[in-house]
Amino acid sequence: MNSILNYFVLVPIVGFALSLIIPRQHETLISRVSFVTVGLHMISFQIFLVYWLWNGHPVLDTKDFVVFKAGDYEFFIDFTFDRISAIYVFVGSFLTFLVTIYSRIYMHRESGYKRFFNTILFFYVGYNFIIFSGNMETMFIGWEILGVTSFLLIAFYRDRYLPVKNAVKVFSIYRIGDVGLLLAMWMSHHLWHENITFIKLNNYELVHEHLQSHTWIGVFISLMILVSAAAKSAQLPFSSWLPRAMEGPTPSSAIFYGSLSVHIGVFILLRTYPFWEYQTSVRIIIALLGLSTAFVSTNIARVQSSIKSQIAYASSAQIGLIFIELAAGFETLAMIHFAGNAFLRTYQLLVSPSVVSYLIREQFYSYTPHQHTFEDTWPKRLEYSLYMLSVKEFNLDSFMYRYLWNPLKMAGRKLDFLTFNRVLLIFVPLYLVGLYSVYNKDIVPDNLEHVLPLTFSLIACILVLKSFTERKQARMSWLLVIMTHFWMALAISFNENFTFDQIHLYLSGVAISGVVGFLCLRRLKNLEGNIDLDMFHGHSYHHPKIALVFLLACLAATGFPISPTFIGEDLIFSHIHEDQPALAIFTSLAFIVDGLSIIRIYARVFLGPHSKSVYEMAYRSS
Amino acid sequence: MIDCSGNFNTENLTKQISSMDSKQTSFDEHEAIHALKHYLPEQAVLKDFIHQNTLHAFQKQKFFKATRSASAILGYTVSLGLREYRRLYHAGKIRKEILERVITQRKSPALIPAWTEIVLQKKFDSPPPPRIGSLRSNWKRFYQIDLDSLVHPLLFRILCSYLDQGISMWSFPAGKDGFLHSIRELERNSLISFFRRGRARKLLLETSCNMKDLLHMVVEHESLYKQYLFDQQFAHQGWSGIVSVIEDHPEMLVDHRVISLHDLIVFELLLEIDALDYTVGEDWVPLGGAITNRPVDLFEEVPESELHDVLEIWQTAYEWSYYDEVLAGIQLSAQGQTQGPRTFQGIFCIDDRECSFRRYLEKLDSKCETFATPGFFSAEFYFQPENGKAYTKVCPAPITPKYLIKAVGSSLVPEQDVHFTKRAHHLFAGWLITQTLGFWSAVKLFINIFRPSMGPATASSFRHMDRFSSLTIENKNPEDRENDLQIGFTIPEMVQRVEGLLMSIGLVRNFAPVIYMVGHGSSSVNNPHYAAYDCGACSGRPGSVNARVICYMLNHPEVRSTLRKKGIDIPETTQFMGALHDTTRDEIAFYDEDALTPANAEAHKRNEVIFNQALDLNAKERARRFVLMDSRVPAPQAHDRVKLRSVSLFEPRPELNHATNTLCVIGRRSLTQHLFLDRRAFMNSYDYRIDPDGKYLLTIIRPAAPVCGGINLEYFFSRVDNQKLGAGTKLPHNVMGLFGVANGIDGDLRPGLPSQMIEVHDPIRLLMIVEHYPQVVLDVVQRQAETYEWFINDWINLVAVHPETRELFSFMDGKFVPYHVLTTRLEEIADVTPKIESTEDNLPVYILR
Repeated sequence: MNSILNYFVLVPIVGFALSLIIPRQHETLISRVSFVTVGLHMISFQIFLVYWLWNGHPVLDTKDFVVFKAGDYEFFIDFTFDRISAIYVFVGSFLTFLVTIYSRIYMHRESGYKRFFNTILFFYVGYNFIIFSGNMETMFIGWEILGVTSFLLIAFYRDRYLPVKNAVKVFSIYRIGDVGLLLAMWMSHHLWHENITFIKLNNYELVHEHLQSHTWIGVFISLMILVSAAAKSAQLPFSSWLPRAMEGPTPSSAIFYGSLSVHIGVFILLRTYPFWEYQTSVRIIIALLGLSTAFVSTNIARVQSSIKSQIAYASSAQIGLIFIELAAGFETLAMIHFAGNAFLRTYQLLVSPSVVSYLIREQFYSYTPHQHTFEDTWPKRLEYSLYMLSVKEFNLDSFMYRYLWNPLKMAGRKLDFLTFNRVLLIFVPLYLVGLYSVYNKDIVPDNLEHVLPLTFSLIACILVLKSFTERKQARMSWLLVIMTHFWMALAISFNENFTFDQIHLYLSGVAISGVVGFLCLRRLKNLEGNIDLDMFHGHSYHHPKIALVFLLACLAATGFPISPTFIGEDLIFSHIHEDQPALAIFTSLAFIVDGLSIIRIYARVFLGPHSKSVYEMAYRSS
Repeated sequence: MIDCSGNFNTENLTKQISSMDSKQTSFDEHEAIHALKHYLPEQAVLKDFIHQNTLHAFQKQKFFKATRSASAILGYTVSLGLREYRRLYHAGKIRKEILERVITQRKSPALIPAWTEIVLQKKFDSPPPPRIGSLRSNWKRFYQIDLDSLVHPLLFRILCSYLDQGISMWSFPAGKDGFLHSIRELERNSLISFFRRGRARKLLLETSCNMKDLLHMVVEHESLYKQYLFDQQFAHQGWSGIVSVIEDHPEMLVDHRVISLHDLIVFELLLEIDALDYTVGEDWVPLGGAITNRPVDLFEEVPESELHDVLEIWQTAYEWSYYDEVLAGIQLSAQGQTQGPRTFQGIFCIDDRECSFRRYLEKLDSKCETFATPGFFSAEFYFQPENGKAYTKVCPAPITPKYLIKAVGSSLVPEQDVHFTKRAHHLFAGWLITQTLGFWSAVKLFINIFRPSMGPATASSFRHMDRFSSLTIENKNPEDRENDLQIGFTIPEMVQRVEGLLMSIGLVRNFAPVIYMVGHGSSSVNNPHYAAYDCGACSGRPGSVNARVICYMLNHPEVRSTLRKKGIDIPETTQFMGALHDTTRDEIAFYDEDALTPANAEAHKRNEVIFNQALDLNAKERARRFVLMDSRVPAPQAHDRVKLRSVSLFEPRPELNHATNTLCVIGRRSLTQHLFLDRRAFMNSYDYRIDPDGKYLLTIIRPAAPVCGGINLEYFFSRVDNQKLGAGTKLPHNVMGLFGVANGIDGDLRPGLPSQMIEVHDPIRLLMIVEHYPQVVLDVVQRQAETYEWFINDWINLVAVHPETRELFSFMDGKFVPYHVLTTRLEEIADVTPKIESTEDNLPVYILR
């Protein structure tokens, strides 16, 4: 029975690949491929489900294949199936199937019809990777796919300003979740000394034994998982991304942010439940986070005057309750709650345009001038304060800016003295010296060798910050991003003795994508002149092909599972010791900002209103 | 323009600008706001969708000059692109001989080769950037800040919360006595502030917030104030537009709000000050002090370029390529009118969607006769269904009725749907609902996708009025009033309306036994723009009540006896019967069938069969435009599929509404009876013989120009610039406060028509064809200045058809000149079916035999 799991992961991949090669004029064929893929997946899964239940619903697990092996480090793909996966696949396949049928007609004649179905299928690939994943590495593949498809669907209307802006915003939150997961993976390598599967977490003795001696490591891992769960499931302090993600066509918003994508955070918690089940402190934190989100999101939902943001916040509040249920140990209830919430919000979003005729009609027949709310009985000062706070979304949106992005930007601005030439003049020779000494470590004094990893990772951070805040030259920003990776590799090389194969694996992806990306930018610059980063250019309007190639280069450079860098990232982390928090912080910070900077370059250069066709573009504010 | 280097010398500049200041007249707040309101979009709230010329602000100028100015000033696209015109030319949609004639008229015959070369080949640079926004863009240039993205999200959010009609569960708590007043009230009594820094809040609470003072802080130079306000408000013209409309018509919202553009501007200025304080610190230099060169004045004359000329030639040639066919058709299809007794007569709305329905009725029953008049049937009133909390206006938008019709004895109770309950958004109720109802939604979604059906959320035309209710139509006591409205009409008032109606359409003799008054409405689901699909002559409502009301009047014995004295003799045996045609579903409902005499009931039974067959055929003809449907299936099947569309959640095009409209024919049915016009014509019945001096013609043209012209131009501009003048694609639309739509949650409102409504539309101005002597038509259109403006400024093209000879006269620069058609023959067909099955594109004009 185990091998059938491969089938369920493979079907969407095949469908996705097929959908890519169909020419874009063939609307019917495109939608048919999507509909058959998801339909086949759904029906075969339902048959399998009956069979599985009939056979006493055993927990399935299959170690698929090892992607990379070095010493005790092993990166392998593993799939698992139990009742949690059963419910998630059931709900996911059902809703995705309905949404593909829905969109078949809904999206008719829309430019980007093909892009839409490609993205939905790709999303479905990622979703199944996550749901069927048997270890964190496999899950991380799906996780990254979900992040990128989210970005692409939010920015579906890529020649308008707001969708692109919000897509970048949501991506930046997701990036925090990515790093949470990376750090959790990093620490678990050190905890288990192996690439642990979820199924082993069910082994109480094993978990208990390991955690007893490393309590704080256990708490750290749980909290990192919680960070990524909170980011993905729109919990505090990240909640405000959810309504802002509602920029794509309604069915995509429904399936992503109404139902499936937003409940992935819950899924991660369910998956790792046996791990943190006995960590009381963690359970209290999860419950408190859920509780505060439930409170804050409900209040915000109550004052929303647009239908989609109302549904979004209401959904986020329910997910807060699901977090509480989980923390309290009611796993089954949480799963039922997930399914109900997913169905309800999908439906509510899909019928949201109907709200006008329905409510206007209701209002016409039963209008009462003033609706009383219970706050009316409060002192005015309290009532107004809570109302205004809710209208301002408890400052959640500005919170991320104020405490995360703005300080980063400010730090980056301090580096303005580093012009392009200075960067090249200082850091390239320095890098060569570093490189030389890696291969000849004996020339480096011992006491210096200890501080080198930290110094080099700090340099990586500086470079990536510079890249992130560069307002002008896109190519310079791009080069800095690529250089960041090289410095990080150098830093790790000094940290531990290991074969250079791993470093080469890591850098091979970066190097190739770096060159490709640079060529794309150079070509565009030659064609269009100005591609400075201080505005959106929207060049995908006239150069869709360059845009696509550059996007692939971006993905490869950010460690998306199409390049070896993906494994390399994980590998790099495995060489940071658990007692090196500073190095871990610098490295993960560099990873976060690196992803942001890359997506920023892509968005600024290729997305947004086309700067040379003012008359054909929508207003910026619309 | 602005010095692009970004370097500036404040001292020089101050001198330069203050010297300009002294020359300029000083800033007049009222004048500026008045001007702004004039140019802002005037679209009403969603429930009262009324079509109108999108560029109404420019209507005082000639069409081409107006569009040229609108484009250069506000950045709109106002015509198809050069490439599109050239494609149309090569596809034969723009005809060579017409193009040459246009060049001849505008240039000279000798220049034909040269200009043909130019319009077909010449490459043009893209036009300079629009003037709007150029002043305010300097914020970014000098302070590297994006003022809009700092101000807009919060501003829109507060505005939407204040105006919200019932989406939020906790509505704006502080009074509704004015926007600024309410914000002040909130700020004064709260621990939280909307502002980031103290200064703007202090200004709000401690000063009277004089607009001029605030502008002085932000802009400094008085001569720039007005332009700054235009830049600022046109950065979100959707929101400003709705505020301006609600300010002028507060009754539009059921839950009244007091708001003014002035308040919006003041609050926005405060937010701008706050955003600048927050990002730059309090000592920023006002905008006027920062710029080096004065931007071009917004309303300075827009110079005409060769590109303008070329586009004008193309547009004119494009339009006349189509007009010429139609006009040729009118001449070529001339036939005598069939005489003799009629089986039944039907009076429809002038709406372009009724023209094919009438054609099929006439084809199926050659002895029936159809007429058309605006769908409120000359009965203007407010309607209040039983238990309705408000009045609904059911007559053309410009009319303010003095009458009220109430429905009583209704059994219609609005159905509920728990999925729309706001309880699901509460925390604990939501907890219960998600785990119970949540699973039901899965089932419901499944059913809705595989078996769509009518539900409580469907906007259905038949729900407008309960067909079994009775209406308070007759007023026997003038004291019977409610809220200053008279309930029902008195007999003399009825006679006046009925007589006007019959005379204007020319139905004064030869009455059939049963005469149908057919109003129309539409049904759709998941469609915030549902009101745009109903009858425009009933202010975006179905015409069912009006049809019943006018029939009651026409059947009234006292009314008939007075009419008889006036020479209109309706036989005792003739009965009028109200009906409603649903243009989306192609269904018809008849009202008060019990009142028919046995003989007429028998006849009605026969007629009903004809009606239903005609509806099947009509549905099939419509189906050809729906690309995903096979229109080759037999009519009843096509009809079933058309019905299914109207209730499908995932169908953004339940019907195509007025798309492709181009004509307005005012005359006898015989003028166009034998022409296939592909549902592109508004038609108003009119008989010149009973109206020699054009008295009734005026009553037809006066409303037809703004209604048909408004619809036509709204489609025109939404089509040529769907992004700025239209609403863009409706797929990502999010409903804001029940009064508008926006993309996403923090965008500007999107007035205009969504792309799904206009994509098959050809941007061609309306051609009004009037059957009467040219001198009478000229006299009639000139009688009222506001009507004449439509024609003299070329917003509508006008042609008079000589009623005896069918000679054509086209209206040019204030006079009629003979028009000679260039089309010599048109294809004659006996049956349109093969044609409609052959293509989904526009069909040419055919002669029907």
